[in-house]
Amino acid sequence: MDQSQLQSTAAEMRRDIVRMIAEAGSGHPGGSLSCIDILTALYFGDVLNHDPADPKKADRDYFFLAKGHAAPALYATLAHAGYFPVEELMTLRKLGTRLQGHPDSNQLPGVEVSTGSLGQGLSIAAGTACGLKLQDLPGTVFTVLGDGECEEGQVWEAAMFAAHRKLGNLVAIVDHNGLQIDGNITDVCNPEDFTAKFEAFGWDVTTVDGHDIPALIKVLGEAKAAGGEKPHAIIAETVKGKGVSFMENQAGWHGKAPNAEQLEAALSELAGE
Amino acid sequence: MVKLASAEEAAQKKATRAAFGVTLAELAQEGLPVVAVDADLTGSTTTKKFADAGYADRLFNAGIAEQNMIDVAAGLSLTGQIAFTGSFAVFGTGRAYDQIRNTVCYSNLDVKIAPTHAGISVGPDGGSHQMLEDVSLMRGLPNMRVLVPADYPAAVAALKLAAKTPGPVYVRMGRASVPTIYASDVELELGKAYVLREGTDVTIVANGVEIREALAAADMLAEKGISAEVIDAFSVKPLDEDTIVASVAKTGRCVVAEEHSIYGGLCSAVAEVLARRNPAPVEFVAVQDRFGKSGEFDELLEYFGLDAASIVDAVEKVAQR
Repeated sequence: MDQSQLQSTAAEMRRDIVRMIAEAGSGHPGGSLSCIDILTALYFGDVLNHDPADPKKADRDYFFLAKGHAAPALYATLAHAGYFPVEELMTLRKLGTRLQGHPDSNQLPGVEVSTGSLGQGLSIAAGTACGLKLQDLPGTVFTVLGDGECEEGQVWEAAMFAAHRKLGNLVAIVDHNGLQIDGNITDVCNPEDFTAKFEAFGWDVTTVDGHDIPALIKVLGEAKAAGGEKPHAIIAETVKGKGVSFMENQAGWHGKAPNAEQLEAALSELAGE
Repeated sequence: MVKLASAEEAAQKKATRAAFGVTLAELAQEGLPVVAVDADLTGSTTTKKFADAGYADRLFNAGIAEQNMIDVAAGLSLTGQIAFTGSFAVFGTGRAYDQIRNTVCYSNLDVKIAPTHAGISVGPDGGSHQMLEDVSLMRGLPNMRVLVPADYPAAVAALKLAAKTPGPVYVRMGRASVPTIYASDVELELGKAYVLREGTDVTIVANGVEIREALAAADMLAEKGISAEVIDAFSVKPLDEDTIVASVAKTGRCVVAEEHSIYGGLCSAVAEVLARRNPAPVEFVAVQDRFGKSGEFDELLEYFGLDAASIVDAVEKVAQR
C-alpha cells in the first residue's frame, strides 16, 4: 500500500471502530483509536508476515493484542486484511457473534490467543518467541501493550524473562496514550518511565509517533530486521481517542459507546481525514 | 482389570513427583514435542532430570515468577509444543489462576499444569505451602481435565496421558514417598476409574495418596467382616460416573477420601454424581475447611483425619445411616 492508501485504510478502520461500538452499545473506543495506526503499519505496511488464506502457516510472524479491550481495532484490521467479511464487524458483542467483547481465538481466524485479562500478552509473546527459536522458525513476535497495562507486575516478569532469554525476535509496542480508566496513568499509579524501565531490563528501546504510519513502518521493520540478542520495545506516543476530537485525551471515553448523535459527529470528523 | 504391582514392585516407595522429569524425557525420546517451564524449583519438581537427559534446550526456567511461567508455556504451545508447567501446587495453580483460566483454558491450549508438592505431603513447610484447594480450582475451569495419580507408575501414566490428550490437563503430584500400587507399565485412561478391590458392603472412592489409606482401611474392615469396594478415581474430571454409580447401586453407601479440602474436589464430584444418579448416604474423609500445618506427612495424615483408621470410622458412620 502506498501512503495515501495506508491513511485511507486507517481512516476507514477508525470509522468502523466507532460504528461497531455504537452498534454494540458498549466497548472501548479510546484505546482502539489510539492503537489503530500501529495495527495499520503492522498489517498493511508489509511488516507482519501473515496470510489470511493460511493463518497458521509455520513461517508467519505472530501478533498478540495484549490490551484485549482494543478488540474493535483488531477486528477492523483483521476484517480489512481479509480474515473475515467486513460486514461481520457490526455483530460485535452480540449473542452468537465470533467478535466477542474481548478476542476469542477459538472463534475468530487471525486471533492467535484469547486476551482480555491484562498483563499476560507479553509473557505469551515471550513464550512464542522461545518456541520459534527452539524450532529455528524465522517469525518475529509482535505485541501491543497498553501503558496502563504496564502497571501489571507480570509485564515486568516477562520483560526480565525476554531479556534473559535473548529474545531478539520479540517486539513489544507500548501504546502510550497516557490514560487509563481512572485518569492519567501518572496520577493513578505511575508506571513511567517506560524507556528507562525497558532499558534497565535489558531491552533495545525506540520511541516513535504512534500516529505517524510511515515512521511506525520504519521502526517496526527495523526492529524485525535487527533481530539480535535484545528484545525490542517501541514506545508509541499516541493520543487516546485519536481522530475524534471530543474523545481525544478523555479518560471517560476509555469504555463508553457513542450515542447516535455522537456517532454522527465522529463519522463526519473521520470522513474529513 | 488394570495391571497392579507385583509383590516385589509393591515394596518400592517413591514420590509421584519423581515421575515428572524422567517421563518428560521419555516422551521426548518418543518424538513428542514436549517442553517444560518451571519457576526456580527444577530440582524439587524434577524437571531438571528432563534437562539432564539431553533436553536442556527444552526446559525454560522463569525464575520465581509463576504467572509468567504459565503464559510462557501458553506461548510455547502456540508454536506446536506440548508445554508442561512445574512449581509447587500452591504457586503453580493459585498464584497463576487467572493465567490458567483466561489464557490456557479459555484459549484451550496444549498446556499441562503439572505441579508437585500438592496437599499435606509437603509436610514441615506448613500451611502456606500445603495446597488443599487446587483440585477445586482446576476442576471448576471449562476445558480443564484433572488427574490425581496414586503412585509413581500412575504418575508416569498420567503424565503420558496428559501429553497425548489435546488441551489443558492438570496433573497433581506430591512430595511424599508412597508405596507402589500399580504395575510399572500401567496405562491409565482418561475418564476411567479403576476398581482396585471388589466388595459388597460399602464403596470407598479415593485418589492420590488416599488410595493406600483406602486399601489399608479395606483390610481393617475385612477383619471386622465388612466388605469394602475400593475405587481409584484418579480422573476427577472427567469422572467415571458409571463405575461409581454401579458400585454404589450395589453397596448402597459410599465414603470418599482425598488429600484435599472437603470442598470442590473429589468429594464434591462424587456427591454431585450420586445426588443426580443414585442418591445414597455418603461420608467424606478430607481436610475440613482449614489450612494445613507443619508436621511429618504420616503425622499429618492422622492429625487431619486422612489415615486408614479415619476411613474405617467413616465407613462405620455411613453404615449406620
